[in-house]
Amino acid sequence: MFHTFMNVISLWALPVIIILILTVGLFKKVPLYETFTDGAKDGFHVAVNIIPYLVAIIVAISMLRASGIIEIASQILAPALNLFNVPADTIPVMIVRSLSGSAALGVFSDIAHTLGPDDYATKLAAIMVGSSETTFYVLAVYFGSVKISKLRYALIVGLIADFIGIVAAISVCNLMF
Amino acid sequence: MNYIFYFLIVISIVFGAINGRLQEVVNSILSGAELSVKVAFSLIGIMSFWLGIMKIAEKSGLVEFIAKVIKPVTKHLFKEIPEESTAIGDIAMNFSANALGLANAATPMGIKAMEELQKLNKNKKSASNAMCMLLAMNTAGFQLVPATVIAVLIGIGYKNPTEIIAPTLLVTSITFLSAIILAKVFEKFWEPQKEND
Repeated sequence: MFHTFMNVISLWALPVIIILILTVGLFKKVPLYETFTDGAKDGFHVAVNIIPYLVAIIVAISMLRASGIIEIASQILAPALNLFNVPADTIPVMIVRSLSGSAALGVFSDIAHTLGPDDYATKLAAIMVGSSETTFYVLAVYFGSVKISKLRYALIVGLIADFIGIVAAISVCNLMF
Repeated sequence: MNYIFYFLIVISIVFGAINGRLQEVVNSILSGAELSVKVAFSLIGIMSFWLGIMKIAEKSGLVEFIAKVIKPVTKHLFKEIPEESTAIGDIAMNFSANALGLANAATPMGIKAMEELQKLNKNKKSASNAMCMLLAMNTAGFQLVPATVIAVLIGIGYKNPTEIIAPTLLVTSITFLSAIILAKVFEKFWEPQKEND
């Protein structure tokens, strides 16, 4: 019941937003086609502007992942996290989720397929992946689009919040499953 | 960021060498660079579409209206933004799109908001307090329903995939609130923005 309700919302959210914006525009006598194309022409510039920032961050993170350091870090952290009832399989998810969204989803799918639906690790990984956003990617895209290179405290805040999220995911999962 | 960039790359190379994976590390430079351009180019179409739609929303006064409605909440979070800026409306739309899991729409809206904040920024190279707050809201990734994760769970035959929604929502709310509080705390203690550097 809840699930179908959620599906309906996901399906209808975009169409409703688009119709709403266009209808209000028409009602307010905004020249729709002209205004749309005028706004849309910035799309290319924005995408091109973020390339240098994306290359810096995505290359650095690809190199880090290729070096195999994440696997080693996971092995080192495993005994300590075991005390908090954290399965070793989920540790790569914690490390990778701030760095790369596709990698986090990949590791999660891997856990889900190998350990199956009843395993505690599947549930914990699902919660950790579902509740996070790729901090480094968001940083590159959002600040890159306006050419901000001095981040001040933005990254630190993002990473501390990610850490709090991991702790929260472990605690909530421990309580519920 | 200078140190992080330096250490990410140097650690990868040194560790890759020790680990006997230097070739993979070198190859990843090319694949990472290629991926960055692919990601950027894949954004062009959808970015253009939403920036066009957002322009209509802005011209019709819809963005301004949304900004007025949520003013009581946002005036505490974004103190520096003046009344007449449409940034608050863009931020509200970015947040709503994120919450609904509409990443394709959320990113252009967030970028639109960043551009508005950049107009108000006194140092165009460095992030203003408002920009750091907007980034904190986005990196925390508040989302009502984790659709992709549920799709994977359904794929492996998870009996009741919706049982994951409540705990995820709880965790994502905790993260989101912490990010906002942290951004506010850091705003107080961090060195204020310089006019030029």
